[in-house]
Amino acid sequence: MNILMLGWELPPHNSGGLGVACYYMSKALALKGAKIDFVVPYQAHHPDARFMTIHAATKLGPLHRNGLMGSYDSKYLKQIGLNEADSVALTDMRGVQKRYVEFVEEMVKNNKPDAIHAHDWLTMEAGMRAKELTDAPLIVHVHATEFDRSGEAFGNPIVHEIEYQGLMMADRIIAVSNITKSIIIKKYGIPADKIEVVHNAIDVASMGEHSYDRRTYKYLESLKDEGYTVITTITRFTIQKGLTHFVRAAARACEKHHKLVFLLAGDGEQRDELMRLSAELGISDKVFFTGFVRGKQWRDAYNIADIFVMSSVSEPFGLTALEAAHHNAALIISRQSGVGEVLHSIFRYDFWDIDVLADQIVGIATSPALAHDLKANIKHEYARISWSDVAHQCMQMYSNMKSGVTV
Amino acid sequence: MTKRGIVLYLHVHQPLRVRQYSVFDTAERHDYFNEPDTETDRNNERVLRKVADKSYRPMNALLEKLLHKHPEFKVSLSITGTFIEQAEKWAPDVLVSFQRLVATGRVEIVSETYYHSLAFFYSREEFERQVEMHRDKVRQLFGVETSVFRNTELSYNDELAKWADGYGFKGILAEGWDPILQWRSPNHVYRPPNTDNIRLLLKNYRLSDDLAFRFSNQEWAQWPLSADTYSEWTNASITDSSLVNLFMDYETFGEHQWADTGIFEFFESFVGKWLNNPDNTFYTTSEAIDRHEAMGEISMPNTVTWADSERDLTAWLGNDMQQEALRHLYALEDQIIRTGDDELISDWRKLQTSDHVYYMCTKWFTDGDVHAYFSPYDSPYDAFLYFMNALRDVRYRLMEYHKHGGLNG
Repeated sequence: MNILMLGWELPPHNSGGLGVACYYMSKALALKGAKIDFVVPYQAHHPDARFMTIHAATKLGPLHRNGLMGSYDSKYLKQIGLNEADSVALTDMRGVQKRYVEFVEEMVKNNKPDAIHAHDWLTMEAGMRAKELTDAPLIVHVHATEFDRSGEAFGNPIVHEIEYQGLMMADRIIAVSNITKSIIIKKYGIPADKIEVVHNAIDVASMGEHSYDRRTYKYLESLKDEGYTVITTITRFTIQKGLTHFVRAAARACEKHHKLVFLLAGDGEQRDELMRLSAELGISDKVFFTGFVRGKQWRDAYNIADIFVMSSVSEPFGLTALEAAHHNAALIISRQSGVGEVLHSIFRYDFWDIDVLADQIVGIATSPALAHDLKANIKHEYARISWSDVAHQCMQMYSNMKSGVTV
Repeated sequence: MTKRGIVLYLHVHQPLRVRQYSVFDTAERHDYFNEPDTETDRNNERVLRKVADKSYRPMNALLEKLLHKHPEFKVSLSITGTFIEQAEKWAPDVLVSFQRLVATGRVEIVSETYYHSLAFFYSREEFERQVEMHRDKVRQLFGVETSVFRNTELSYNDELAKWADGYGFKGILAEGWDPILQWRSPNHVYRPPNTDNIRLLLKNYRLSDDLAFRFSNQEWAQWPLSADTYSEWTNASITDSSLVNLFMDYETFGEHQWADTGIFEFFESFVGKWLNNPDNTFYTTSEAIDRHEAMGEISMPNTVTWADSERDLTAWLGNDMQQEALRHLYALEDQIIRTGDDELISDWRKLQTSDHVYYMCTKWFTDGDVHAYFSPYDSPYDAFLYFMNALRDVRYRLMEYHKHGGLNG
């Protein structure tokens, strides 16, 4: 089974969950015998990816995969072998996408895949073109739609248009949750029976065995010793993530119980607004900002959490919730987050309902029994979700379509 | 008849800027003021060395020359404790040159808080401790007593005047702001309400700001300003009065206005021209008070500062972040003082320096006047973040010291 996998990023060059999901899905598929050609828009070394063949659609470095944006010098261009014309063509995201399509066109000329598997709007145009040229079935895998990314706003009309075309042209659609499936049905008018829900998973083995030394966030640890509860979220600070509601709920919760601290790990365009809001609400000494975290600082942001909150306004899945569960945190997840569909021992709330969230936070913080049960029970739930099951569902889909399209 | 005189008062200050002190440093290391990156203006040593070369050394040399050449030339200086500590480490020769100036007997040292803080508005006790620390330091370094007071950022109100009067100061400095002066001129000595002996000197902000802010501004209609023109203005300003109070940052000379703007030559020439007229002289702040009767009473119930078009404290306390930062900082006072731990107390006080909250000011976002402000941080939010982390670390050290609770979120 030859699969042409069209993606935009892979670890360690990822900016978020999309790359992680693509990586583990491909790995699990390879274990089930799939031969995968994975196309990314940039050139870089990918360690631990020998189970598939990675193709670079441009000579850009991973940092420039969304376009050069003027942030380069001629020395850099020379070094990676690009000329002046290239630098103009690859200025922005649309330019890079165009090159990506041309690269895929070239690639499929003498190499017809059994299925084309395209991830998100970024690669949908390339997927449609490959289908046109080869007549191979196209699977569009939706990790997030523009409606999710834009939070409570409308989003970019060009992206909406590409998503609409891609969803229309696809032979099958994979949605990462029922929430995403219903967005595809309601917003894009796609028939329900064309869409299959395949939830993401967590690769527990990759999280590894590690010892937690309680040193990364030493101040927070000493607060815990004094009976404080640490409430963490690890995310991009964008409108999609609903963090202003989270901060307002934090202030409400502090009115009822003062031994609470909030760790906001990550960075993004909303950071200043969140800092201003915390000060306005009089809780800025209870809200901690880490900036962008990787490695140990990232892992320990989970380790120190008593409660992990996913406050997203619209979250197709939400892998970080599973990672938090793995690190022994109690989970509070907005009803608008897909990961809640596969977990039971969690609290849920509507992203805008700060009173409910505040109540849940105080409830867990003041009841050791409740906190203990949530943590213990979630362990049994997240571990059951595996990438191998995801790969199994995909393989079945590829096979069915192979026979289905030879009319 | 008393001569017409200029009261030249220069303020010397450098804060101890907080480095990029993250949540990961909190409770681990206590070196808030020790930025390792030598290429950034958060690095205190770098700034001090730079300003010493550009301003303190050449300006002190010029002041010394003028004192030598003109027996009537005089100047008053306020020098903060945070500046002195840094100069002791990185530019001891600059301190020696200040000592030489004071030794002439024609350079007066003005009193203020050691840490250039806004403590007056938060804690009278802590405020007085810092005034005393500063007086001690001045005694030790220059062997003189101070008798005129200025508060941080020239912040002033009637209550402060009453305090200074009771504390024994004979003079106090403030901004000569039009909405308060109305028809009156800043070129006289005044009396604050409900006081016994103290006198008030008001900054002539037009003539002061011509040098401090406008001197090198090429869009200013009067650019380039010549010593002749400025002499004319000063003489015109003083026709029916006896004083011109020129109050400004010392760093105006060489740092705010670089040497290549001609500020040093301008100043030397202006002093000569002013003193060419035998009716003209210079006064130190206490001389100005001793030689002149108060013209009347001036009341400032609300706090006035020398900053911005608002002349209030909004650049330091205008937003929630600034208020939170200082509220939490001063809340620690009793516990901190009780430790008797010099290092901890000193770090806590260094965080009181008003510059820290100034860096958190966001009001220029609405003014569109970003360039009027200087900050070594990328944004006011960064300044707030590092400050709060440092403050939390102070709490942590406090808890370590008292060996029981005391941490806060």
